[in-house]
Amino acid sequence: MKLHALQRAVARAVMQPLTRSEGMQRKAPGGGRMSAYAARFIKPNDRLTSFERLEIYNRQYWFRVLGSLAEDFPGLRAVLGGRQFEAMCKAYLTECPSRSFTLRNLGAQLEAWLRQNSGWISDRRVLALDMVRLEWADIEAFDGLANPPLRSEDLREVDATNLQLGIQPYVQLLELHYPVDDLLLQVKHGDDTPDRASNAVQERRKHSRVRAVAKLQPAQIFLAVHRMDFSVYFRRIEPEEFALLGALRRGKTVARAIELAFRKSSVPAANRAASVQHSFQTWAALDWFCWPEANARVKKVHEERA
Amino acid sequence: MPGNRFNGFTDYGIGIGLRAPHYDHILSRKPVVDWFEIISENFMIDGGRPLHILDQILEQYKVVQHGVSMYFGSAEKPDREHLRRLKQLVKRTNTPWLSDHLCWGSVDGRYTHDLLPMPYTFEAARLTAQKIREVRDFLEIPIAVENVSSYAEYHVSEMTEWEFLNEVVERADCGILLDVNNIYVSSRNHNFDPLTYIDSVPADRVAQIHIAGHSKFQKYILDTHDHPVIDPVWKLYDRAIQRAGHTATLLEWDDSIPSFQEVHREALKANRFLKSKSLAVAV
Repeated sequence: MKLHALQRAVARAVMQPLTRSEGMQRKAPGGGRMSAYAARFIKPNDRLTSFERLEIYNRQYWFRVLGSLAEDFPGLRAVLGGRQFEAMCKAYLTECPSRSFTLRNLGAQLEAWLRQNSGWISDRRVLALDMVRLEWADIEAFDGLANPPLRSEDLREVDATNLQLGIQPYVQLLELHYPVDDLLLQVKHGDDTPDRASNAVQERRKHSRVRAVAKLQPAQIFLAVHRMDFSVYFRRIEPEEFALLGALRRGKTVARAIELAFRKSSVPAANRAASVQHSFQTWAALDWFCWPEANARVKKVHEERA
Repeated sequence: MPGNRFNGFTDYGIGIGLRAPHYDHILSRKPVVDWFEIISENFMIDGGRPLHILDQILEQYKVVQHGVSMYFGSAEKPDREHLRRLKQLVKRTNTPWLSDHLCWGSVDGRYTHDLLPMPYTFEAARLTAQKIREVRDFLEIPIAVENVSSYAEYHVSEMTEWEFLNEVVERADCGILLDVNNIYVSSRNHNFDPLTYIDSVPADRVAQIHIAGHSKFQKYILDTHDHPVIDPVWKLYDRAIQRAGHTATLLEWDDSIPSFQEVHREALKANRFLKSKSLAVAV
């Protein structure tokens, strides 16, 4: 058997979902008995059958990828519950196996997949989609590109009427229907608390998370997920700020972006200049501005990952 | 044999794997460590804390890159984006050599994120060596391939694992990262004499040695990197440095990671063997 054909056959078995008892399925990919399938490629030894030897890799694969998603999406796990989350992950990974050399990108397609497979989140569709978007934004903000931030001296000799500003690629802008930022912080904080009374504490934590999810009421929020001193922060922003940052990222001039941001705003016209000035000062202090070429770069990175 | 062309003629001593739970200790206490090995994939990113930490480490320590997903043995071309990012990191770290595993793990663009064992065939040796050459030509640094722990063997194999390793490194003209714990684990899982393996490796190609702990189950041994090194593995290490000479040595501890001091203390046990080797050479 040629190398490529062998690797394809083994990978199919290794990536086939485990049974409920976390063993290898008795049925082989494409039908037939797995024991016969394994025996075609794998030698038995004096302690393990071909099936059992292949099963070691099958289990390792699923433990690794499921563990990686559980680590990256603790908020979605809290929303769906542990059992439903794991079942959903198995279905996702079966349809969307990793296509990247790094596990960091394992959840890159999860939001899109959940939109097409909303049966997994039917009870809490909007909340779950909000959470998965926030958690992916968290990953992107953590290790996204930071361009040299713009300083006031960089802007001294620019044409203010046609000025374009880039937004740092690591800054993620989200419009959400639930305050999932609070929920995610609660979930993460709970997970960070050191174990003292193990079972009792774990049980209380679980119930506390369930209560937090059940109590969460819809509320539209606008969020900038960014990082400062290498830690990720969730910053609530006004709808006008969200629109303004989005327009700048799309390459609009500052003047045009401000115009678009306040098009449907209820902020009185007299207060807008001060509001914009305050926002720009804050964002500049957070180093969110860079030259606009960064926008093209971030778009390219997103396209490559997609 | 302080260095060879497969490790950039360096003499790096005893290092440990750079792991997140130790960052604070290393950066605040600045312990004396010969060198750190990093997992390349953890730093093949655009920015953020990991790269910031790495830059601080690079200011004070020597760093060598070790990869887990190049999959030299996968029957497909290297991923261009992977190579591009890896080269960026190589420029950042100035690693004198780069290692990854003699295994496969991806097929048709799908990744298992595991180190799957190779079929020991001449076809596989030829394709793997070709890929190692391509990667080395792109990265422009010496490459060392690491023998993996395995739990399965294929019917199609035409040679032993050590014969396959030799076939690949001779064809690719590359170095070896000799993992003596992996040899021990595989020897127990496949019933062969680990000393035969070590004695068959071309000593002049050994760029680096890995030592680690593992977990013993009823019917097989799993390479878990979550325990101290056991005596039979130290014996294999002793034999390896008798043959290869004073070689850059790295302790891997990746799960249930104890304090920095404990990991470093465990790694420094290698000195017992390295020093006796130095004495033997002096005599």
